[in-house]
Order: sequence, then C-alpha cells, then structure tokens
Amino acid sequence: MEFLRPASWEEALAAKAEHPAAVPIAGGTDVMVEINFDRRRPDHLLDLTRIAELYEWQTGDQTVRLGASVPYTRIIERLAAELPGLAIAAHTVGSPQIRNRGSVGGNLGAASPAGDAHPALLAAGAEVEVASVRGSRRIPVEEFYTGVKRNALADDELIRAIHIRKAAGPQQFSKVGTRNAMVIAVCAFAIALHPDTRTVRTGIGSAAPTPVRARAAEDFLNAALAEGGFWDGGRTITPSIARRFAELCAAACDPIDDVRGSAAYRRHAVSIMARRTLGWTWEAFRAGGDTTGDTTEGGARCA
Amino acid sequence: MRVTFTVNGRPQQADDVWEGESLLYVLRERLGLPGSKNACEQGECGSCTVRLDGVPVCACLVAAGQAEGREVVTVEGLAQYADARSRRTTQDTTATQDTTDTTDATTAADTTTATDATTATDTTAAATRQPPPLAPVQQAFIDTGAIQCGFCTPGLLIAADELLERTPDPSDADIREALSGNLCRCTGYEKILDAVRLAAARTTEAR
Ligand SMILES: Cc1cc2nc3c(=O)[nH]c(=O)nc-3n(C[C@H](O)[C@H](O)[C@H](O)COP(=O)(O)OP(=O)(O)OC[C@H]3O[C@@H](n4cnc5c(N)ncnc54)[C@H](O)[C@@H]3O)c2cc1C
Ligand code: FES
Ligand code: FES
Repeated sequence: MEFLRPASWEEALAAKAEHPAAVPIAGGTDVMVEINFDRRRPDHLLDLTRIAELYEWQTGDQTVRLGASVPYTRIIERLAAELPGLAIAAHTVGSPQIRNRGSVGGNLGAASPAGDAHPALLAAGAEVEVASVRGSRRIPVEEFYTGVKRNALADDELIRAIHIRKAAGPQQFSKVGTRNAMVIAVCAFAIALHPDTRTVRTGIGSAAPTPVRARAAEDFLNAALAEGGFWDGGRTITPSIARRFAELCAAACDPIDDVRGSAAYRRHAVSIMARRTLGWTWEAFRAGGDTTGDTTEGGARCA
Repeated sequence: MRVTFTVNGRPQQADDVWEGESLLYVLRERLGLPGSKNACEQGECGSCTVRLDGVPVCACLVAAGQAEGREVVTVEGLAQYADARSRRTTQDTTATQDTTDTTDATTAADTTTATDATTATDTTAAATRQPPPLAPVQQAFIDTGAIQCGFCTPGLLIAADELLERTPDPSDADIREALSGNLCRCTGYEKILDAVRLAAARTTEAR
C-alpha cells in the first residue's frame, strides 16, 4: 500500500488521475473501519487532510459553498443559521468524536442510503462540485446517488465542495433509531419550506436503495398550498392535506427488511416523520420565527 | 513508512509503519503507549479517544500517516497537559489582576504561556522528581469510584477533560452529550457523571 499525501488540490487531482483506484481518505470514519476490518485493501490511500481549502466554507447570497472535508462539528457550531436542516442532521451523526472528523464530502463519497446528510441536502437543494484533471462539473445532489453505496463520481474525480441553498424558511430533520447517539438511521426524513419560491422539498434516508425526494408528495403539497392560499393567509395546514402528504411520502419509499427494521415499519415511520416535521416547520413559518421550528435546545425534539 | 509527530509534548518517530495502520496501533504497539485502549476498532466505543491537534478523536479511525506533523495527547500525558493548562489560566488571571493595562497583560500572557509553562513544569519535575499532580478529572474518577475494570477510563478521561476545558461549568445534558461516544460496560455511568460534576466543581472553585 502507498500513502499519498498531496499538499494541494491540484496535487490531489493529479494523484487521483495517476492512480484512479486510489481511495480518498478525509475524516476516515468510513474508510478506516473498512481497513481495520480487512474489508478493503487499496493499493493507494489518498489523504485529503493536508488540503486546507477542503476545510473552509464561503457564505454567498443564495448558497453556502461547503468544503468537502468540513467536519460535522463545524457545521453545527457555525452554519446552523444558514443550513438548519443539515445542522440538525449533523447533530445526530455518531458521537462527538465522529462528528469532529466525519464530513459531508465523506458522506457523499460513501453514498450509503443511511447517510444522514443526504435527506437534508435533498430538501435544501444542493449541487456537488466535483473535479478531475479534465475539469470540473456540478452535479445536482438528486443525480449524485446512483445506487446502494454508489455515486456519480468518475474514477479520476474528487468532491471539492457542496453548494447548498441557504434556508429561506424553516427546515427540519428527523431520524428513527434505538438511542440518540451512535445510531445508523432506521429511516430518516428531512423537510425544507422555501417561502421564496412557495415550494416544499423533502428528503428520505434509509428507506430506498438511494436517498430520494418524495416528488409526488412535494407536488401534491405545493399544489394544495397554492390552491388554498396557505402561503399568504398564514393558515394552519388542514389534517387532510397533512395526511395525504404523509401517505405520499411513505409511497416514495422502496425499503427492505433488515436487522434495523422491516420495510413496513420504515414506510410507516416515514409517514409519521413527514406529518410531524411538516407540522413543526409550518407552525414555525406561520409564527415567522426561527428556521427550524424547534423549541427545545439542540434539536433534540423527538419525532 | 516513517511517521513523525508529537505525543504528549515529545517528538516521536515510528518506523516501518504499514500505510493502512491506525494511529491507535502506532501509539500502542510501536511507541509503547498502551493507555489508549483498543476495543472495537470501529469508532463505537471511544476507549481509544485521544486529542489530535486539540480535537478529541477515535485514534482507531485516524490513519497513522494522517498524524504526520500533528500533536497528539493521550491519557499518559493528560496530567501534564491539564497541569500546564491550569498554570496558564492562573498566569492569565494574575497578569490581568496585577495590571490595569489589559492590552499589555494579554500580550505578555500570550507570549509567555507555552514556553514558560513548559519550562516551569520541567524544572519542578526535575527538582523534585515528581510527576505532575493528576488532572482534576483523573482525581475525581478515583474519588467517586467511577472506575471498575478501567478499560473505558482513558477515553472517558480525555473526553471529559476536553469538555471541562471548553465548558468549565457543564449542565448534565452537556456532560451526557460530550460522553455519548464512550461506552462503559461496568459502572452504569452514574458515577462517571458524578466524577465529571465533581471535577467541574473543584476546578471552578480553584479559580
Ligand atoms: C461509530 C460511527 C458512527 C457513525 N454514525 C453515523 C451516523 O449517525 N450518520 C451517518 O450518516 N454516518 C455515520 N457514520 C459514517 C461516517 O461517519 C460518515 O459517513 C461520514 O460522513 C464520513 O465522512 P469522513 O470524512 O470520515 O469520510 P471518509 O471515511 O474519509 O470517506 C468516506 C468515503 O468517501 C470517500 N471520500 C471522502 N472524501 C472524498 C472526496 N473529497 N472526494 C471523493 N471521495 C471522497 C472515501 O474514499 C470513502 O469512500 C458513522 C461512522 C462511525 C465509525
Ligand atoms: S477502539 Fe476506537 S472507538 Fe472503539
Ligand atoms: S469501568 Fe469497565 S468498561 Fe467502564
């Protein structure tokens, strides 16, 4: 095995071009587990921790450009106002030690259907900036997930940053697991209200081969909110709209039975999380309040 | 490959390190520092927790090569680390109290801290041949009976000490969250929580 230690982004791209099978390692919280357990023996490890720009972020007018390796802890501490959904999701990842190292770039690289950043990115709206020596491109996050633990990266490409739309309204993230810390999601749900465009977007985790948006549910809700004049009137969403939205979210799932939960349970849990998070965010929107609709500290509210 | 980094304030070098090796393995098997424990090797238990450039991490999930040029603190160096920190804090307070010119005081404190604290520790240690006193969290773990088999203790001490550095007067929720990455199979955690509260109380009192 060879340990490649590029000092700059350009060097990293050159190394990846030269060794397309090299495994990038950022926080290592996925990669090292695989190596420790002999599940992976790459010829080259490509260490990204010397590349300072991957740990930086820039807040623009419309979006936050988040460096691929920015650890979850930083997102929670520094970006909760701009990216409330992602910050809540980040807070549910592993433990402090894991959040101090793990990154959204690594979550995307691993592309596990259970990755907690994914539903939040889908709901907020995001593009993944990837690059190789051939040039760079931006992939809408919906198109980034191509299968179970598979993503749209070419062999010579690396993730440089994630461009995430800044919250224009309340956002929430909810996750089912056996305890608060150190839990891989049984299933997860994220929602973002976009009052600027009068749309609602969703993201579902761990309930299909890839993270997905519940498009039919979004379409139904956007139409119902527009027709009923809900955005202007600041009215409470009717139970029948919320119920239908929840049903359509459950219908967007394509889950499996596994040790963490049955397919039927996952569908049911997603519908409950969809209804509740819609309620929380809509109430926050009506109150004109904060961007999470969260009244308890640290987003610790139970779904 | 060769890995050169600082452990508990001392430059260290490990040779013939396998490229896929973890920092934990290098510490335990190559540098003779078995304080950080190896239980799960998958980030679940926290018994391998060390500070990497000040940040608590699972040493089992850091590739050895990623530690190149960095500073690591393990439980073996915790007493000295906490001692140096408390001297720094006392110095800061004294400096600020002793003079009305706060700008100068800060500058003075900032420039002197690192070097002076270390020198002071070294001289004392050399003169009396005594190790630094246990860190407040270490003493509190002993005093409250927060240790049974002791396997989880090194990781918990590192995590708890970092919490108190950041949040000297933590709430119970703060403590639970800070220790949520550390498993203990023996104590049922109550005495561990007591220990952290006790260490916090003693430290704030001492200031
Ligand atoms: C104890 C434990 C608990 C966990 N809990 C959770 C949890 O609750 N929720 C959750 O979502 N995840 C969890 N994880 C998984 C992991 O922490 C996350 O997936 C994390 O986001 C990975 O980030 P990293 O920087 O550590 O990635 P790494 O392990 O360094 O890399 C992960 C993958 O991404 C690739 N990669 C990394 N950076 C790039 C890049 N810039 N370009 C291209 N490819 C790249 C790597 O090659 C690898 O395939 C947990 C892991 C552990 C060990
Ligand atoms: S040995 Fe590292 S977390 Fe368990
Ligand atoms: S004292 Fe035995 S594991 Fe904690």
